[in-house]
Amino acid sequence: MNAILTVTRKEIRQAIRNRWVLAATLLLAALALSLTFLGSAPTGTVGVRALDVVIVSLSSLTIFLIPLIALLISHDAIVGDMERGTMLLLLSYPVARWQVLLGKFTGHLAVLAFATCLGYGLAAAALSATGSRIDHDSLMAFAAMVGSSVLLGAVFVAIGYLVSALVRDRGTAAGISIGLWLLLVLIYDMALLGLLALDQGRNISAAALNAMLLFNPTDAYRLFNLTGFANVSTFAGMAGLAQSTSLSVQVLLAALTLWTLIPLGLAALAFSRREL
Amino acid sequence: MTGTVHVADVSKKYGSVKAVSGASFELGQGELVALIGHNGAGKTTLMKLMLGLIRPTSGSIEVLGDNPAAGEFAGRRQLGYLPENVSFDAALTGRETQAFYARLKREPVAKALELLDAVGLGAAATRRVGTYSKGMRQRLGLAQALIGKPRVLLLDEPTTGLDPELRQTFYEIITRLAAEGATVLLSSHALTELGERAERVIIMNRGIKVADGSIERLRNIARLPTRIRLKVAGLAPGEVPSWLPTNAPCRRLNGHVVEIDAAPEQKIEVLRCATAAGTLEDLDVVPPSLDELYAHFLRQVERMP
Repeated sequence: MNAILTVTRKEIRQAIRNRWVLAATLLLAALALSLTFLGSAPTGTVGVRALDVVIVSLSSLTIFLIPLIALLISHDAIVGDMERGTMLLLLSYPVARWQVLLGKFTGHLAVLAFATCLGYGLAAAALSATGSRIDHDSLMAFAAMVGSSVLLGAVFVAIGYLVSALVRDRGTAAGISIGLWLLLVLIYDMALLGLLALDQGRNISAAALNAMLLFNPTDAYRLFNLTGFANVSTFAGMAGLAQSTSLSVQVLLAALTLWTLIPLGLAALAFSRREL
Repeated sequence: MTGTVHVADVSKKYGSVKAVSGASFELGQGELVALIGHNGAGKTTLMKLMLGLIRPTSGSIEVLGDNPAAGEFAGRRQLGYLPENVSFDAALTGRETQAFYARLKREPVAKALELLDAVGLGAAATRRVGTYSKGMRQRLGLAQALIGKPRVLLLDEPTTGLDPELRQTFYEIITRLAAEGATVLLSSHALTELGERAERVIIMNRGIKVADGSIERLRNIARLPTRIRLKVAGLAPGEVPSWLPTNAPCRRLNGHVVEIDAAPEQKIEVLRCATAAGTLEDLDVVPPSLDELYAHFLRQVERMP
């Protein structure tokens, strides 16, 4: 336990030194703030539920940005340390490989959580400071959005580790990570949409569609935020889908958790078998 | 003497390349052992095997009661390792790096930081490792290996990049540690580098252990001739002193000097004859150098089928 925390502390300190924390926080805060004020322009002064609009736009932003940041931090974690030679020395210490992996994971996740909470929190704070009324429901939905964004980050940190544990050099890890990002964030949805349009509801049942949505962590995240809260789903234009989907909030969260644990477990397994 | 490291018939193959084949030895408490071999002789592979960084293809290893191949690492708290070309995270300072490693070993951080002064890094300890020179990284590497009074020290080419002064300090430190009961395994590509400091020498060639013993013992096994140079008065060019034992190969070097290759048991006899003759002006006895000894063992393997 102690060894894990020691590794975590070192990772966080390194991320602060390398300005990862600063860069990620500034990026998320800048985008969140600009979305908050530009996004509320169409609703104008009539918009009574300004925060709900922000949730919709921020969660769409998260789907692109958080996986990218998470993969950028994580793809290098194992193969990079091996190439730099620091892993050789670290593993000669009384620490198990899974402890190294878990320590890095908590460290990287802490950095991501800090940036997300601060960046997005600023947006909510700015909104309330400019006089928007924020009710309890909206606040809960916002907190859930921030929490699930961190969870989505955890998913992609774990995926990045799996890539990092499997490949031989950093360049390959970076390439595969970008490919995975494109696939999960862009291509998967387009392909799914194309498939549904072709099929026109003949063969693909609702259950099959649900399964396909759970098979992509970004879709699980999207459904969780856009359909999970009634007040938000009306703004997201997904009220229809929210009624027809049978995926409960618990199932979506479980899917995201599994999407974290399975790649992380596989990464630990691959790492434990590697020879340095 | 209790063994701290046991290596039993260990082989390691990378594909079709045999990095180590059938190596067996045992290292005891308080032994200062030199592991000698060319680049690619299997020195680094052996150390990695002892650390469990790689698993042996066959054979078994035990280090401080652990089987490293099975991922056991309880004993590693008392183990120090300095890899060849050691590297550290560039963003951290020397102090932070040393403190990190001390925490991993669950040793007091303050005491580990004192080691930075001992290796002459005191002034640079608050600078980032990224700004360090090769020699400074090597010093930090030594400092981390010495954390917590290790019982086993594995040092892979530890003195490369060290200036002569620190090299001296380094040998003092490890000799003291060995005297206090630590096992020190030190790899190097040249035997001369270590001089006579190592009590025991293991020579590796192409993954095979070709010699193992004290330098004295290796000398006896190798039976290399001692070179005796005599300066004799009044010798005609090309003439060899008549009083020399007939079976000792000898040659003229220049003006008055005769060089004799004396087998170990001939040495005293040659010297006795030379001093008895009375025409001797000067004499030098050159024992076989460590390099010659090393070369002898490597040649011996080449000749083996």
